[in-house]
Amino acid sequence: MSLTLFLILVLNGIQYGILLFLIAAGLTLVFGVMGFINLAHGVQYMVGAYLVFAFYSMTGSFGLAMVLSLVTALAFGLFLEFFIFRHLYERSHLDQVLATFGIIIFLNELAKVVFGPTTLSIDPPEFLSGSVQLTEQLRYPVYRFATIIAGLVVAAALFAIVSYTRVGMLIRAGATSPEIVSALGVNIKRLFMIVFGVGAMLAGLAGVIAAPIFAIEPGMGDNILIVAFVVIITGGIGSIGGAFVAALLVGLIDTLGRSLSVELLSAVFSPSVANQIGPALASMLIYVLMAAILIFRPKGLLPARGVA
Amino acid sequence: MSTFKASISALAISAASASSAFAEDLKIGMIVTLSGPPAALGQQIVDGFQLALEQKGGTLGGQATELVIEDDELKPDVALLKATSLIEKEDVDFVVGTVFSNMLQAIFKPVVASETFLISPNAGPSTFAGKNCNPYFFATSYQNNQNAEVSGMIANEEGFTNVFAMAPNYQAGRDNMDGFKQTFNGTVTDEVFTPLGHQDFSAELARLSTSDAEAMFTFMPGGMGVRLVKQFDAAGLAGNKKFMSVFTTDETTLPGQKDAAVGFLAAGTWAPDMDTEANTAFVTAFEEKYGYIPGSYAMQAYDTAMLIDSAVAKLGGDLSDKDAVRAAIKAADFNSVRGDFAFNNNHYPIQDFHMLNVAKREDGKFHTSFVRTIVENYEDSFHDDCRM
Repeated sequence: MSLTLFLILVLNGIQYGILLFLIAAGLTLVFGVMGFINLAHGVQYMVGAYLVFAFYSMTGSFGLAMVLSLVTALAFGLFLEFFIFRHLYERSHLDQVLATFGIIIFLNELAKVVFGPTTLSIDPPEFLSGSVQLTEQLRYPVYRFATIIAGLVVAAALFAIVSYTRVGMLIRAGATSPEIVSALGVNIKRLFMIVFGVGAMLAGLAGVIAAPIFAIEPGMGDNILIVAFVVIITGGIGSIGGAFVAALLVGLIDTLGRSLSVELLSAVFSPSVANQIGPALASMLIYVLMAAILIFRPKGLLPARGVA
Repeated sequence: MSTFKASISALAISAASASSAFAEDLKIGMIVTLSGPPAALGQQIVDGFQLALEQKGGTLGGQATELVIEDDELKPDVALLKATSLIEKEDVDFVVGTVFSNMLQAIFKPVVASETFLISPNAGPSTFAGKNCNPYFFATSYQNNQNAEVSGMIANEEGFTNVFAMAPNYQAGRDNMDGFKQTFNGTVTDEVFTPLGHQDFSAELARLSTSDAEAMFTFMPGGMGVRLVKQFDAAGLAGNKKFMSVFTTDETTLPGQKDAAVGFLAAGTWAPDMDTEANTAFVTAFEEKYGYIPGSYAMQAYDTAMLIDSAVAKLGGDLSDKDAVRAAIKAADFNSVRGDFAFNNNHYPIQDFHMLNVAKREDGKFHTSFVRTIVENYEDSFHDDCRM
């Protein structure tokens, strides 16, 4: 394995991690601040991807389609919160799981009815298409560099908002003791709604960013939701910083593990045995990581202060 | 999930059924995957079968036919449940299914044990081709390894000496990998297995670009294929590595892959532009009805319906003698749209395999295109172990 190949793997890991972070950020806030289990969060990722597909074919401009998609994803998140989720906050976790699972099934089928069951794809915007020559043989797509930068900017902005603004302070306070915040005259319902809408929008943004790379299909959010839960549990529920660190960790370990597992195992076992168990082992790595971290830090890597 | 019955009512056209003493309507149960990302494949099978049924005026072999369609949701337990219900509750005469080999494995035992004929319109696992072949099972598609074996022959003919091979880590992926290695004379530089439903191929593509391989062989059906082709293109590999695949660039994935796939090589038994009268009529009628170009899944389902039609017609609708039914199916006395078609002793097809490439039609739609025939009357490599 050459150094450049390793670097590419690291870049891929970071890029996957950033995508995971965008999804996990909303999930961890909703779960941490409201104590609400939203399985339908992954579906917001799919909604984002389908929205950008629809707006892109309508307007022909990726930038415009992206803005429209984000606005619509935000509106859609608020819509779901207002009509469905709001009525579930007081209910048991099982009710929340059932209701949000129903939304997954409904939206996955709806996507199939509206857009058809075939996998769709869109091209990245013109100025971001093409690839950068890294070495004589290796090229890396410009669009992937752009997603890393965009993700880092969003992460920084989010971190700044939660840590240094009034809304961020209320979110953190709301996470610790919602009753007290409410008693101090803060409209906790509206706060929840904002958190929810922004979370939905971030997941939608992840979908928009992912659409040109990963293609668009019904049910695309289901698998990534599981990984997003791994991220928020590893990072500490309700903690943005924890979600960021854990997302990058999960992204890197998953990507590197997949590529290196067979090579590392070949050193010990015969190539065919390594080929048999390598891929299986690689897909378990992130869960092993989660279990290991929970043994030593039951509240996650960077637990949000005050969350019980 | 969705259980809908497409009951095509008796149109009284069937004079044959009225005159036959054993006349009784025909009931066919279909189990395919109609939810989740691979739903497009199942949909093609439903569409192809229903087109044939419609062209025959709602009858097969002169019998008014009821088609019961079930979705296996790509879950073995669901497939098993649906199959049991088709046999016990619906009392179907034939079971047509499935798309995926692991679903076939789930429904195989209960269906054949009930002495109901099971016809696979797509899945063709090696498990039922060799010593576990069964008198109640037929496949109208191919044996899973064959397309990959033919890809190995294509690689030899195209003069590739180093090939990078990649497949998902499950039964069909390993079957295809083995099939390719069996016939390919050159060196397989890397043998990569990815998880099923893999999202990001950039690590694998980086390995490909640093390897000495001049071509890649892959098997990535459905959405995986769309992602792989788009990412292959985005990584700027199209210029220096050849792309060769099975079930990766077909009519179900090309609408997503578009220009990125043009010129890519594939192996198959059929292409929509194959120039025979039966095929042109099928493709034209299919496009007119469903508005998209049929893939091999639809073609195989269409052929399955025509096969059942020929067998039932031969028996005059009397399906009581199982041996007679078996002989009537095995005769394969129908006009396959792919050309020559016969059943081997293990009830898998003997047919020609071709080299295909991806082309763009004048109306901007994409399809696989026939290039040349690689091997004629090709038998699978397991039939010798089958004692039938």
